[in-house]
Amino acid sequence: MHDFTRRSLLQGGTALAATGALTGPALLDFAKAWAQAAPWKAEKGAKLTVMRWKRFVPAEDDAFNAMVAAFKTATGTEMNVFSESFEDVQPKASVAANTGQGLDLAWGLHTLPQLFPTQVLKMNDVADYLGKKYGGWTDAAAVTCKQGNDWLGIPVATIGGYMTYRKSSMEKAGFKEFPKDFAGFLEMCKALKKNNTPAGFPLGHASGDANAWLHWILWGHGAYTVDKNNKVIINSPETLKALEYCKALSDTFLPGAASWNDSSNNKIFLSGDLHCTANGISIYVAAKDDASKKELAEDTYHALWPVGPVGKPTELQLCVPILAFKFSKYPNAAKAFITFMLEKENYDKWLSGARGYLTHTLNAYDASPVWTADPKNQVFSQASKRALPASGIGTPGEKAATAIADFLVVDMFANYCTGRETAAGSIAIAERQLKRIYR
Amino acid sequence: MADIALQPRVRPPIREATRWEQIKSNRNFIALWFMLPAMAFLLFFLAYPLGLGIWISFTDARIGRPGAFIGLENYEWLWDDSIFWLSVFNTLLYTFVASAIKFGIGLYLALLLNENMPFKAMLRALVLIPFIVPTVLSALAFWWIFDSQFSIISWSLKEMGLITENINFLGDVYWARACVIFANIWRGVPFVAITLLAGLQTVSPSLYEAATLDGATRWQMFRNITYPLLTPIIAVVMTFSVLFTFTDFQLIWAMTRGGPVNSTHLMATLSYQRAIIGGVLGEGAAISNAMIPFLLAAIMVSWFGLQRRKWQQGENND
Repeated sequence: MHDFTRRSLLQGGTALAATGALTGPALLDFAKAWAQAAPWKAEKGAKLTVMRWKRFVPAEDDAFNAMVAAFKTATGTEMNVFSESFEDVQPKASVAANTGQGLDLAWGLHTLPQLFPTQVLKMNDVADYLGKKYGGWTDAAAVTCKQGNDWLGIPVATIGGYMTYRKSSMEKAGFKEFPKDFAGFLEMCKALKKNNTPAGFPLGHASGDANAWLHWILWGHGAYTVDKNNKVIINSPETLKALEYCKALSDTFLPGAASWNDSSNNKIFLSGDLHCTANGISIYVAAKDDASKKELAEDTYHALWPVGPVGKPTELQLCVPILAFKFSKYPNAAKAFITFMLEKENYDKWLSGARGYLTHTLNAYDASPVWTADPKNQVFSQASKRALPASGIGTPGEKAATAIADFLVVDMFANYCTGRETAAGSIAIAERQLKRIYR
Repeated sequence: MADIALQPRVRPPIREATRWEQIKSNRNFIALWFMLPAMAFLLFFLAYPLGLGIWISFTDARIGRPGAFIGLENYEWLWDDSIFWLSVFNTLLYTFVASAIKFGIGLYLALLLNENMPFKAMLRALVLIPFIVPTVLSALAFWWIFDSQFSIISWSLKEMGLITENINFLGDVYWARACVIFANIWRGVPFVAITLLAGLQTVSPSLYEAATLDGATRWQMFRNITYPLLTPIIAVVMTFSVLFTFTDFQLIWAMTRGGPVNSTHLMATLSYQRAIIGGVLGEGAAISNAMIPFLLAAIMVSWFGLQRRKWQQGENND
């Protein structure tokens, strides 16, 4: 837990000076002026307990903490911020929601606010204010937080994942640019394998990476786990096509993909044995930060996920929405803090600190400096626009979250691609499991 | 003075002891009070969680939400859930193979360490090392050893020219099972070895001397002296070993997360995945409870093993 003092604020400010953004005293001045004019005034003696997911990029954490400290000084609100690992955020938020105490704000993953819609503070006014001021919300981001016309939370950002590849290997395989459709992508992977510069995507229980690319293939073929009424529709000819495509694709992979977890493709790519995979921007950032990997970093490029036969992007991206609980004693302070985070003076700097790891959800930030600071970051600016929620076309909510956590789609593909089951058999298993969850 | 002597002695009338007096002097009643703290402890920390787990398995509880009673629904869904049965199969395979090998190696090591040899104390301490290392740490080490790309084993064999491709340790169903079982054996052998060694030390040397005088071979000595006297210890140590192996979680979770395609999912890991990660507490609890019959069976074995103790020590079986 952090307790912010003026001293730590100043220290945070100096650390950020390198990014050339609003820092230290300037940030404080802005915060004070903002607090005067803000549409929500923090209650006197307000005290906010904030839970967030554990950061991956230290500079992002610094930017976040500096912002929290500035908010504290400007509004006099006590801020108690602590972070939890990805896996623990949702259970802890659920417990708070059901016991009605412990937290004021929870910053979590995917569609967290949809898990307990009756326990959250409606954010319609905040969403309205920010949307109007910053060019509107992207549809994909809005859908994670909206129930009907109500905003259950605010989609703060998206942790994007995109194709990460070695340009030289792609060119050697005979491709001038990264394929834009499934057929081309398969051809490229075949050529990469022939050149002994293979692609690879995890088929193991990798919560982030495996779910992302396998849902992309499933949805790209127009197949879904459930329809919009949450009826299980996995047993379809489209799913069969997706399985066949995936099988053909996985035959071109670096062996061992069935055992990969979330970190496997990072380390194999960085070792130089893997030439195309899908990941957050972390592979590239790690290569950039390592002086001995200069050549690899220069050769590493990002591309959008190719579009499947359905003809539109079907990406599974990780949205990170924040919510305030209805039982919080300081709703105005909570709203003020959320708004404060997303104001340009803070948000631009924060995005820069995250180095492409976080993508904005408000259209105006398309012009944010982070996307032009390094042209290779540009691809990641699309993450909040090309995504479907984790539920696909079904209702975002706890059942969809359970299906993802249970690796149903991952196991369905893995069963077929590793030859453990026939196509019909692996679909039947997935269908049975989905019916268990959507019963 | 005389007055006192002259006064007749007043005897309290003989009467029935009241119920309260009877209870008060009842040793069992007092014992009950002495047992209460321990009982409260057991009730609160053992019986209550167990009861709660059983209750939750009859509800549709999710994390943070109590849920309503739904009877046997969770169990009905498990009954024809192929992944659940796969996890049962995996658990039994894992437990039987790992326990049997652990027993074999453990007994061998114990017999070896029981001999007189130089640096005896140090060697005995060394054997304990795998047991001392935190499980997650050793699991991570094994995860690297069996990595699909950076495995030291694959690398060495390739350098020696014995193989051309990396071995797909954790990506192939059979390899993955063998790897996690190997890791479990590595970790579990010291416990078995040291406990059996302690048992061996209680065997009186005079028995061996007598046997030697009678011209017994080493095998006969083992078969007719060591083994029978060791049975109670074996029963206990193997029960614990089976219990630990059956409920293993950390090794699997750190190495494979139940993959590839659920082929190393144990009941404990599946229960965790569904209850905590997936948030469906009711189903997770049902899977955990499905372990109880197996564990009870293991405890029964030890119970009957212990019952025979007196007889084994040459006394009458009264």
